[in-house]
Order: sequence, then C-alpha cells, then structure tokens
Amino acid sequence: MADTRPISSQSQSAEEPAKTVPFRGGGFVVKPLGVIAPLVFVVIIALWELGSQTGFISGLVLPSPSESFEAFRQLFDSGLLFVHLSASLQRIVIGWTVGSTLGIIVGLMIGLSSVARAGLAPLVSAIFPIPKIALLPLFIIWFGIGEGSKVATILFGTFFPTVITTYGGVDNVDRNLIRMGQSFGLSWMSIVRKIILPGALPAILSGCRISGSIAIILLVAAEMIGAEFGIGAYILMAGSLFATDQLIAGVAILSVMGLCFAWVIGRAEKYFLNWRT
Amino acid sequence: MDLHLQKLSHDYGKLAVLRDIELEVRSREIVCIVGPSGCGKSTLLRLVGGLEQPTRGQVMQIGEPPAGCLNPLTYIFQDFALLPWRSVKGNISLVLEDRGLGRGEAEEIITDVLRRTKLSDFADAWPRQLSGGMKQRVAVARALAVKPAVMLMDEPLSALDSQTRELLMDDLVELWLTEGFTAVYVTHNLAEAVRLGHKIVVLSRRPGRVREMVSIDIPLDQRKNHVKELDDKQKLLWSMLRDEAMAADQELLDG
Ligand SMILES: Nc1ncnc2c1ncn2[C@@H]1O[C@H](COP(=O)(O)OP(=O)(O)OP(=O)(O)O)[C@@H](O)[C@H]1O
Ligand SMILES: [Mg+2]
Repeated sequence: MADTRPISSQSQSAEEPAKTVPFRGGGFVVKPLGVIAPLVFVVIIALWELGSQTGFISGLVLPSPSESFEAFRQLFDSGLLFVHLSASLQRIVIGWTVGSTLGIIVGLMIGLSSVARAGLAPLVSAIFPIPKIALLPLFIIWFGIGEGSKVATILFGTFFPTVITTYGGVDNVDRNLIRMGQSFGLSWMSIVRKIILPGALPAILSGCRISGSIAIILLVAAEMIGAEFGIGAYILMAGSLFATDQLIAGVAILSVMGLCFAWVIGRAEKYFLNWRT
Repeated sequence: MDLHLQKLSHDYGKLAVLRDIELEVRSREIVCIVGPSGCGKSTLLRLVGGLEQPTRGQVMQIGEPPAGCLNPLTYIFQDFALLPWRSVKGNISLVLEDRGLGRGEAEEIITDVLRRTKLSDFADAWPRQLSGGMKQRVAVARALAVKPAVMLMDEPLSALDSQTRELLMDDLVELWLTEGFTAVYVTHNLAEAVRLGHKIVVLSRRPGRVREMVSIDIPLDQRKNHVKELDDKQKLLWSMLRDEAMAADQELLDG
C-alpha cells in the first residue's frame, strides 16, 4: 500500500497533457445497408430523366428513361416480350445448367484425381482464355445455325470458369478434415460427398455467380447471328435501326436478368452455407 | 487389445524422422509421448493409426478389439477437425453413417456419448458457436461413438487456454476412471503428461528415438494428492528434455 502511493501521486502530479487514445480501428468492415442499393438506382434514373427533360441530355445522344420505358411497354403490348424472353431464357438455362454441371464434374475430377489433373488441367488453362465468341463460326459449322450453336457458345463459356473455380475449391478443402475422415474409416464416396463437396461449395457457388454473368454476355453474342427471337436479337435489331430507346429497354432487360440470377445465387448461398457466420 | 511398435523408423525423403521406436501400449493404459518440437511425435501417431506407412518396422495389433468396436484406432486432433457444416450431432453421426447401423441404433449411440461428455444440451449447436474446450469435447464424443480400442491423441489440449485445459484434463481423468480407455497421448506439456500418463516416453530430438521411459504408479484418481512426487517426476522429465530441446532449437530446419 505504502509504496503504491508515491507512484500514483507522481503520475498525477506530472504536468503532461492528457488526451484519449484516438480510435483507428474503423473501416474495412462491410455491413449490409439494404436501402442504399435501390436508392442508387432511383437517384441515377431520376437525374437521367431530369437531364433529358431539361434538354441537358440530347435525345439523340441518349433516350430518356421514360422513352425507353415506353419502348418496353410497346414490346410488352405487342406480346413479343415473352417470345424474346422465352427464347433467350431457354438458351441460357440449358447452356448454363449443362455447362456448370459438366464444369463441376470435371472440376471435381481434376481436384480428386492426379491423372485427371495432369491430363486436363493444362488443357482447361489453355482453352479458358479463348473468347468463345471467336469460336462462334466453328460452333455454327458443328452444331448448326439454329439453337445448337447458341446453346453451345453459352455452354462452353460457362464450363471452363466453373471447372477452374471447382478444382480451386477442392484444393482449398482443409486437408485435416479429409485426414479425419480417413482416420474414422469413411469410404471414399463418403469423404467426397460429406467433406470435400461441402467444403468446396462456397467456391463453387461464387463460381456460379461469375459463370451466370458470362452466360448473359455470351447470350447476346450468340443471338447476333441467325436468331429471329431473343433479347440479344432484339437489341441487335434496335441497334441496327438506331432505335436507341428500344436498345436501352433491351439492355435493361438483360440487366434485370442478371440481378434475378444474382438474387437466386444469393438465396442458394444463404440456404446451403447457413453454417457460416 | 494391445499395440506393439516394433523397430519403427520413418524418413521423409532424406529427412530421418524416427529411428527404431520400440514401444508397447497395454489395454487401459495411457502412454504419453513427449519430445522436443519437430522430433516426429505427430508422425509417430500417424504411423500408429495407419494414416502413413512406416519406412521400416511395423505396428502390431495384439489381440482382438473389444466387441462392438467400430474403429479400433481413433484419433483426437489438436485442431478438433470438426466439420463446420454439421451440427454437433451431425459431426458425431458422420462417423456412424458408413457402418450399416440402424437409425435408432445410431441415435442411441449419439445420445449416449453426448451425455457422457456433458454435451446433451448442445446437440444442435454449430461448431462455430462453441468455445475451443467444447469443440474438443465434441471431438472426444465423436471418438467415443466408434468405441475405440485405442485413442490416438495429438496434443488434444494445446489449442486451449490453461483454465479450459485444466477442466478438460479432469474430464479425461474422470472418463478414464469410469471407462478405462487406452490412449497414446502426444503432448509437449509435461504437467499433462504426469497427470494423465501411466507411462511417459521421452523422445530424443530428430531423428526421434526412445530416450527414456518413465512409469508413474500413482493411480490417476490420487494424483492430486501426490503433488510432490509428480513435481519431482516433471523435473526429472524436464532435465531429460532440456538438452534435447535446446539442441533441437539450434538446428536449422532444412539442415
Ligand atoms: N508430410 C511431410 N513431408 C515431409 N516432411 C514432414 C512431413 N510431416 C512432417 N515432416 C517433418 O518431419 C519432422 C517431424 O514432424 P512432426 O510433425 O512429426 O513433429 P512433431 O514432433 O509432431 O513436432 P511438433 O512438436 O511441432 O508438433 C519435421 O521436421 C517435419 O518438418
Ligand atoms: Mg506435432
């Protein structure tokens, strides 16, 4: 007791200026702020409309949102919207589903087997960076000018990134967990199904996010040749006629498709990855 | 079921890790293995459980595992190795799923091991919600579920803080007193070794050889009353380990 007093009185008597320690631990944490995303869209579209109304943005340069919406309404009223949409959705759903499924299977093979890795991984790395649009003429020769070549473009475009994210995900599964499975005598199939697949699932799902966007990009490219219907064909037609309001309407539909897809993947992540924080 | 390690040696490429390990593990006996860092303790345990093949020598299994034993050699890992995507119950059922047990039978085993490890209230919790001590208890429950003949424990308490370690050590002692399990227990904590070990094997620095074998005859439930003797044993162990540890510390890893 006696010897603590001089210390405390000493530190208090010292005439040093006192201040609180400044906080510097903020930032770098992403919090969900639900209202901001729609707000950004509303503000941008409102400003754009205002610019068009006041003549600040010339109608020749960019049609106003209301004009574009009008074009969309005409499309809707004519009944063609659903024709275009169903043609596009059919291509994208088939192409993406088959491409992703095959991609996951081949990715798992590369992740699990040394032979498959030695044989296939370099091939995948070599073909992945080739823009599939450049191969479109070949696809037309191979699969015909009809649906085949369009679906094939999307299929190939989504296959390769899925392979790469899947085997990356498999590689990142904690080896200790696999060893644990072996030490309890689990079968090979059980280890794959119950340890490796769930462990790789976060990577696979984020791969799906990317391949979904790629599928939409390739859809437009694929519909540029020999497609009567489809959102891409509609945009192309509008572009060649310089009907910019229709063009914007078409692009907006694509963008909404992308948003819907991202939403579905988000739900899937919530559902399958509910064990994460 | 007893284990007999016969002239066990192991190399990783040119790196000699273990040399001529000769050791017997009797039923209902806890054998602690201590040694300087990097001397091959974890490797030894992997060899014993058949996760790796020794370069020379063999691990013999003497006698049959007790009836009902599903996985004779069962590990408890330092990092718990729980699947984060399965609940406590799911993690335990994982190791029962491939064994052709009926649903009711598996359910029974799970309820039983959860009760024995005082986890009944946490059956549906996710691993991320558990503290380190609780996670390791789940791992112990999972190991008990397959009714092991020998438990292979690689520094099971090292990832825990010292208070939790103390509590879990008491739990292990209690478990041993009620069920009498057999274990090979790797640790670098000499206090753990003298609290739990019937036999303590001191390994030399790499390549690991058996340097000394120390037996402690005081029954596990009375060790708390023999602090002095245990302290002496611990000092003795440390005097053996000290030089090895110091020498190991000075070595370059790839030398
Ligand atoms: N799979 C492996 N391939 C190559 N070398 C390895 C492998 N596993 C371990 N080693 C080496 O073998 C030696 C013994 O490793 P081990 O993990 O068995 O030591 P340990 O006694 O458990 O050490 P610690 O006290 O740090 O846990 C180390 O030098 C390590 O680098
Ligand atoms: Mg180790």
